[in-house]
Amino acid sequence: MSAKAKIIALHGGLLVLLFALQFVLPAYHHGNLARIMVLASYAIGYNILFGYTGLLSLGHALFFAAGMYGMGLGIQHLGLSVAPALLAGIAAGAVVSAALALLALRTVGVAFMIVTLMFAQAGYLTVLYFGEYTRGDEGFVIQQAQRMLWGIDLSDATNRYFAALILFATCLAVSLWLVRHPFGKTLVAIRENEERVRMLGYDIFVHKLVAMIVSGTLSAAAGAAYGLLFGYAGASFASVQYSIFPLLWVLLGGAGTILGPFIGTLFMFYLIDLSSGLTSAYMLIAGVVLVLLTLFAPQGLVGELRNRIWRWLP
Amino acid sequence: MNLLSTHELSKHFDGLQAVRNVSMDVPAGQVRALIGPNGAGKTTLVSMISGRIAPSSGQVFFDAANVTALPAHARIRRGMAYTFQITSVFERLPAGENVALAARRHLKGAAVIEATHEALERVGLQSLIDTEAGDLAYGHQRLLEIAMGLVQRPRLLILDEPTQGLTDAEITGFKKLVRDLAGKTTILLIEHNMNVVMETADQVTVLNFGEVLAEGSPEEIRAETSVQAAYLGTG
Amino acid sequence: MELGPYLILASLEGAVTAAVLALTAVGLSLVFGVMRVVNIAHGEFFMLGAVIAWWIAHSMGGHPALGFAVALVVAPLVVGAIAVAADMTILKRLDYDPERTIVATIGLLYIIQQLTLMTYGPEARPVEAPFNTRLAIPWFENGENGWQMIWPWGLGTTSYKLAVIGAAMTVLLGVWVLMKRTRIGLVMRATQTDREMALAFGIPVERIYALVFGLGAALAALAAVLIVPIQQAHYLMGGDPLLLSFIVVIIGGLGSLPGTVLAAILIGLSDGIISVFFSPTLAKILATLLVGLVLVFKPGGLTGSSGK
Repeated sequence: MSAKAKIIALHGGLLVLLFALQFVLPAYHHGNLARIMVLASYAIGYNILFGYTGLLSLGHALFFAAGMYGMGLGIQHLGLSVAPALLAGIAAGAVVSAALALLALRTVGVAFMIVTLMFAQAGYLTVLYFGEYTRGDEGFVIQQAQRMLWGIDLSDATNRYFAALILFATCLAVSLWLVRHPFGKTLVAIRENEERVRMLGYDIFVHKLVAMIVSGTLSAAAGAAYGLLFGYAGASFASVQYSIFPLLWVLLGGAGTILGPFIGTLFMFYLIDLSSGLTSAYMLIAGVVLVLLTLFAPQGLVGELRNRIWRWLP
Repeated sequence: MNLLSTHELSKHFDGLQAVRNVSMDVPAGQVRALIGPNGAGKTTLVSMISGRIAPSSGQVFFDAANVTALPAHARIRRGMAYTFQITSVFERLPAGENVALAARRHLKGAAVIEATHEALERVGLQSLIDTEAGDLAYGHQRLLEIAMGLVQRPRLLILDEPTQGLTDAEITGFKKLVRDLAGKTTILLIEHNMNVVMETADQVTVLNFGEVLAEGSPEEIRAETSVQAAYLGTG
Repeated sequence: MELGPYLILASLEGAVTAAVLALTAVGLSLVFGVMRVVNIAHGEFFMLGAVIAWWIAHSMGGHPALGFAVALVVAPLVVGAIAVAADMTILKRLDYDPERTIVATIGLLYIIQQLTLMTYGPEARPVEAPFNTRLAIPWFENGENGWQMIWPWGLGTTSYKLAVIGAAMTVLLGVWVLMKRTRIGLVMRATQTDREMALAFGIPVERIYALVFGLGAALAALAAVLIVPIQQAHYLMGGDPLLLSFIVVIIGGLGSLPGTVLAAILIGLSDGIISVFFSPTLAKILATLLVGLVLVFKPGGLTGSSGK
């Protein structure tokens, strides 16, 4: 089998598996998997910037929340129906990520991390500041009646699962297409050796800018979908913790791999789910995993798999 | 017709004058060697020409246009290619992808693959196309750098010490490569190996302490006593 | 109350904030300056100091001054030791790579915070101040009988708050002497300037790093012990000092100690005064935006030299 056929078989196989699973999974895990697919879409967005371009952002919650609030506030206060509200969320993410990119891309390395962290924190505080509209930490519920898309009730478990799968499949396809496209290959080259790429005649700034906008827009799409499918928008989704999560998922699954974000999200979700049954201090697990990953497996699960067995993995 | 000209180009770092008022003209199609002892400012000069570093004063003209204010990538797009003195390949990518990256800037689809194969063949690396660049021998990495320059089909090819670390056989191949390009591609060649300079260059510029010490044909330069004192004696 | 006395009160409160902030931020700055490590867990070391202080004061009994005095010595030592252990087991193994150490210290943040939640619990707990005499401050007013001295209600401070300011100044002076006048300070500065050269001269860089990381954490813990009689100990209390320290270190110029202290005074004082006019959330929004913009446009800090 050629590499291309293998890639299509593997990723298509995963989607088929996810499609089939909904008929056999018990309700609890069925709901979890829908959540995981949406969060994995967020991780895929994050991975485009971190894994493939080599820019470590600590502020992606800003994009996730831009999507969530762009959608949620649109429904709540502007009376938008679902489709335009989703678009509003995605557009908000594109605009916010472009604006942050124009500022933050003037810095590199540690300064880039701190700048993204600070602007995301400012975004989180802004959500709190306008509590009159956003209901701050408490958040607001998007009612079942407001979650009808073309006559389909998105609060229904099966419909929700489908919607999550469609989002996930789209994000997976976009990221796969991107990294096999010359543009994506240039991004990888920038990650590997920025100066050399510049001296091959590529405009580094434009490439990073586009990468950050694509990454931010996918994250916003995930944020908008999350708010819509689970019927809630709250400030905690804009907090630092939600900037750390995608980093954690991607590191665990494997930065710069297509399947890594999904694998990482899946593992981490169940790890936290299991431990939150035991203790309220479930974020301890996140901390321990972060430290262990940086120490012992910086390539992540899929990254190690690629290094050891399947070298063709994208 | 000069493809490249510098006018009173200078660079100082924290008070250290690395390059001082260098003016030179390179006609289209010429192979120009740039020689001089270590620290003479050769790499600094070509870095200013390619736009990697900004000059303290002076101008660079490429193809009759003043490109001094252009960023590096814009100059490369106008037809310069730059190979690094300290090998700077993409170590974790295959040799073929290294060359393809350079090719894709002006080519698309199947033409990229074709150009990649051709460039690798010209430097004799076609059999190593799938090897990760970081796993290549040092000399092969140097040749890969050259292939990345060639595949861009530049009008001006800047080679910074390309033969460093090459075997004798590879150097012979390199000299042939330059002679093949001569006349079609303008080449600015920083070179320590005088044998290579004598056999390939049309014209030689000697730098010393950041200034142009002498300029002439290889034979004239060899005869120049000041050059021998400054450079050949020590080199 | 009129604006005049109110501003005096705000400045006094601001001076206490500034004092504690300067200690915390100098710890962060020291770690960044010498080791080039951005320690996201710094706020948790602060929190640990406060929690350990509560724990000591709680279990000692007797006069509050006794427990407090012990906490003042023991808490920074314990926190310093924890930080040294973290440095040797985690940061050293990452070879102090700037990006990976940030990720690791984020992990450390959650580990410390959540372990505290599991053991200490979610409650906020007070520590009694060793002494707390109320000191009223007079104000002059031009009334019917000409200028006269009055004692406005609410205008005053406590002996403890003044002591906090004094203690912080003493410790900062101590750090300055340590860095400028001692051999170990010289070695630290040498390591900061050029790590490779320091290694070549046989300076045990790894031990210096462990020491600096411990010292930075101990300073944060000390600041927390000083503030805990005023603020109460809570497992989430590390967030604000972390953010404020970041602001201070970045505005003061990364790794510059005098700049850091100056910025701490500026931020601490203005924090008190700004909160008179703005809501605290808006003040925080402006502060975080300021830090982001300073890093983008003036990476050398407002007081430092320009350039990257």
